[in-house]
Amino acid sequence: MTKPLFTSSEWTFDLIRDCDKALGDLAREFGLDTYPNQIELISSEQMMDAYAAVGMPIGYHHWSYGKQFLSTEYSYKRGQMGLAYEIVINSNPCIAYLMEENTMAMQALVIAHACYGHNSFFKGNYLFRTWTDADSIIDYLVFAKNYISKCEERYGIEQVEDTLDSCHALMNYGVDRYKRPYPISALEEEQRQAERAEYLQRQVNDLWRTIPKSDVSDERGQQRRFPAEPQENILYFLEKNAPLLEPWQREVIRIVRKIAQYFYPQRQTQVMNEGWACFWHYTLLNELYNRGQLTDGFMLEFLQSHTSVVTQLPYDHPYYSGINPYALGFNMMMDIRRICENPTAEDRDWFPEMAGKDWKEALQFAMRNFKDESFILQFLSPKVMRDLKLFSIVDDDTEDAIEVSAIHNESGFRRLRETLAGQYNLGNREPNIQVYSVDVRGDRSLTLHHTMHDRRPLGSSTDEVLKHLHRLWGFDVHLHSIDNGEIKQSYHCLKGQA
Amino acid sequence: MAVFYFRPPQRPDGESGYMSYIIDRRLNSKNKSAVNRQRFLRRYRNQIRKAVSDLVNERSITDIDKGGKISIPARDISEPVIHHGSGGRNTRVLPGNKQFAEGDRIERPQGDGSGEGGSKASNSGEGEDDFSFTISQQEFLDFMFDGLELPNLVKRQLSGVEEFKKVRAGYANEGSPGKINIVRSLRSANMRRIALTGGKRKQLAALEAQLEAMPEADRQGSVFEALMVEILRLRKAISATPWLDTFDLKYNLHIKHPIPRSKAVMFCLMDVSGSMDQATKDIAKRFFILLYLFLQRNYEKTEVVFIRHHTIAKEVDEDEFFHSRETGGTVVSSALKLMQSIIEARYSPGEWNIYGAQASDGDNWEDDSATCAEIMQNHLLPACQYYAYIEITPREHQSLWHTYEQVRQRFSDAFSLQHIVSAADIYPVFRELFHKKAS
Repeated sequence: MTKPLFTSSEWTFDLIRDCDKALGDLAREFGLDTYPNQIELISSEQMMDAYAAVGMPIGYHHWSYGKQFLSTEYSYKRGQMGLAYEIVINSNPCIAYLMEENTMAMQALVIAHACYGHNSFFKGNYLFRTWTDADSIIDYLVFAKNYISKCEERYGIEQVEDTLDSCHALMNYGVDRYKRPYPISALEEEQRQAERAEYLQRQVNDLWRTIPKSDVSDERGQQRRFPAEPQENILYFLEKNAPLLEPWQREVIRIVRKIAQYFYPQRQTQVMNEGWACFWHYTLLNELYNRGQLTDGFMLEFLQSHTSVVTQLPYDHPYYSGINPYALGFNMMMDIRRICENPTAEDRDWFPEMAGKDWKEALQFAMRNFKDESFILQFLSPKVMRDLKLFSIVDDDTEDAIEVSAIHNESGFRRLRETLAGQYNLGNREPNIQVYSVDVRGDRSLTLHHTMHDRRPLGSSTDEVLKHLHRLWGFDVHLHSIDNGEIKQSYHCLKGQA
Repeated sequence: MAVFYFRPPQRPDGESGYMSYIIDRRLNSKNKSAVNRQRFLRRYRNQIRKAVSDLVNERSITDIDKGGKISIPARDISEPVIHHGSGGRNTRVLPGNKQFAEGDRIERPQGDGSGEGGSKASNSGEGEDDFSFTISQQEFLDFMFDGLELPNLVKRQLSGVEEFKKVRAGYANEGSPGKINIVRSLRSANMRRIALTGGKRKQLAALEAQLEAMPEADRQGSVFEALMVEILRLRKAISATPWLDTFDLKYNLHIKHPIPRSKAVMFCLMDVSGSMDQATKDIAKRFFILLYLFLQRNYEKTEVVFIRHHTIAKEVDEDEFFHSRETGGTVVSSALKLMQSIIEARYSPGEWNIYGAQASDGDNWEDDSATCAEIMQNHLLPACQYYAYIEITPREHQSLWHTYEQVRQRFSDAFSLQHIVSAADIYPVFRELFHKKAS
């Protein structure tokens, strides 16, 4: 009989090391490919710090992080909220924070979850591979922090804070959805920054040149629209074209944009990422238990916290707060394995290409090539929908009542799946707003278009955001909500209002 | 920083990519967010100050200076982002279906049905519209007294010998037995013994060596006897050296250092005549406590003298000052006279920063006001840094107020009077009394 890895609830560095080694060996046996791990033991105060910095190990100073910290501290100290057991950073090496308050069992769970689950997801998933550069993110954050504190020294904290506020308001509109950014190191970044500042300023001035050029009008005598195509990356557009910004402000916009881009894949893969990590901590720890390396006591403690994490509360529960991404993801990952190993007739019908295949390959394929939306569309099985008792409702403001549009039955499965996938499409979740035109010859006003989806209007803070946009652009800003080519509502931020 | 590394044994093919680092970061600084926290507090200092001033008025007197929960309106500090509003056609998937079939129509729930679960009532009694956090006692006081200062603040240095601190000043050969330094005394005794017996021990060593060299057979006869006698004599002489002598004793030496210190005394004068009801006294008490806290921040040492009066004045302790009941008429000058005599007896204006705060409902015996003005102008105000009079009454001012107004005209720097109607006025009036005057 093998000796268990540990029997006490107190952790030590030796136990953590042994446990990490056992889990790492097993993970490689299962074919998980990971970045090297850097496991850092921290105290609960440090965990609150890490929380406040929204998961960035190094962050520039901003009051909003202080606000986050105060509210975390307040809820934690009053016992309203537990802290996460871990935070894991998508970097190479992959940094995982473990809290010293955790028991040894929790540390083992967290290592399996973060250091082998999340880590392999970061390394394998196509979105992370395309959009984030794990090797250079830490360097870049250091560059950003230093740059911003240099700006604060030079131009004053308030100036910098104002610019950052405005950028944060537009952060979700600072990502490229299609273009592949190209990674450079922090050193290059710093070298280029100076060149860029100078070059940019020249370009911007060129756009606003007042001497007429002959090719401004086309054959029909109409002015060419600028920008020629609508732009979805509003922050990028401002960085390159806003007429009145100082070079350092353009660089600040760029920093916020880069960080938004870094987090963009995480926002699109929450269900998969958590599901994958939960699946692997469950699988790895159970396997270690089967091999006699973990005790019964550990399994009880582990299953207790595992179950509370992957529980889905029903919609009418007082604590219901939406679909739990851990529950959905874990159930789907488990179901993929089940379909591969023990397919039913229904599974053969729905997933003929997976039934009876090697489950490790099927899961790797799913992890690598999908994001939440497409993952659900492809892999949500009737069994999971039945288990979670999913149903969809349509709430239309032109109708008196809410209609149940599909439930977990034969005729509803496919529609249910499509609806749920749509719910995870960031394009549907966030209003679609693009830079439409600039009145180059006139009052230099900026016009944006909001293309409405299902007639949904913009929320109440839109006017506030326009003020921030106005601050960066420097001239009047107009925003039109457009449905089927028709302007439904307009928002304006004119000079003197901001 | 403590760093703990481990490296798994190198694999035969030389690949080392499976290495994990385990690092103990617990000793690193934990206040990474301190800067951001300060920035937040500074950015919203106006809102926080308002919340603090509301709290000051609500709190019971005993915990008026505690830190604690601050709530400010969330809309003031929100970070706007563009999001969807309610309306249009929303499709959502929910878990946990129990009774619905396709095509069922459900009544729209009251209120906003399309928002994320509608608005949530909070069980902790605070609206979701408030952003709550805790600040420390120090921060609370900072906000409470932000922008206030003591008028005419003079830091007086003590001259003379009134206040001392004992400090160590090495060792002395004389002192009281209680201060014997054992280590030093024994070390000095040891030195003395070594010094005094040095010659004898050298002789002894030589004789002993001689004895040692003597063959076993020769150890008899007069030469041997003489040698033995000499050795014994030397041994006895060495052991007769005193182990501890009086001049070995060393004593710890302490000397007195005068401490420069600024001191303040606050006189709390309260009218306890029949016309002052409990509510009025509470208002006065809150005012006095604010003043006390404020003085504590400015001075290392603050003494408080409580004087209460009706027709006669009496110095009392805090408890009696606030709680016992009295009735009768009012003669304010009795309290002022008592204050004057206490100053003369105990608090010389050369040493002490003297503050006076007087609370009353404005009643006074008609002929007494002139006397009050006289004592004020000639005796109290010249000695005081600042004297504040608050009148707690919803009624018209009476003669005392009018007399004091004349006093103020002559001593506008050191004297002020304010009118309080309800508890809500206390803190604003307090701020008014002590706000920083642009000089």
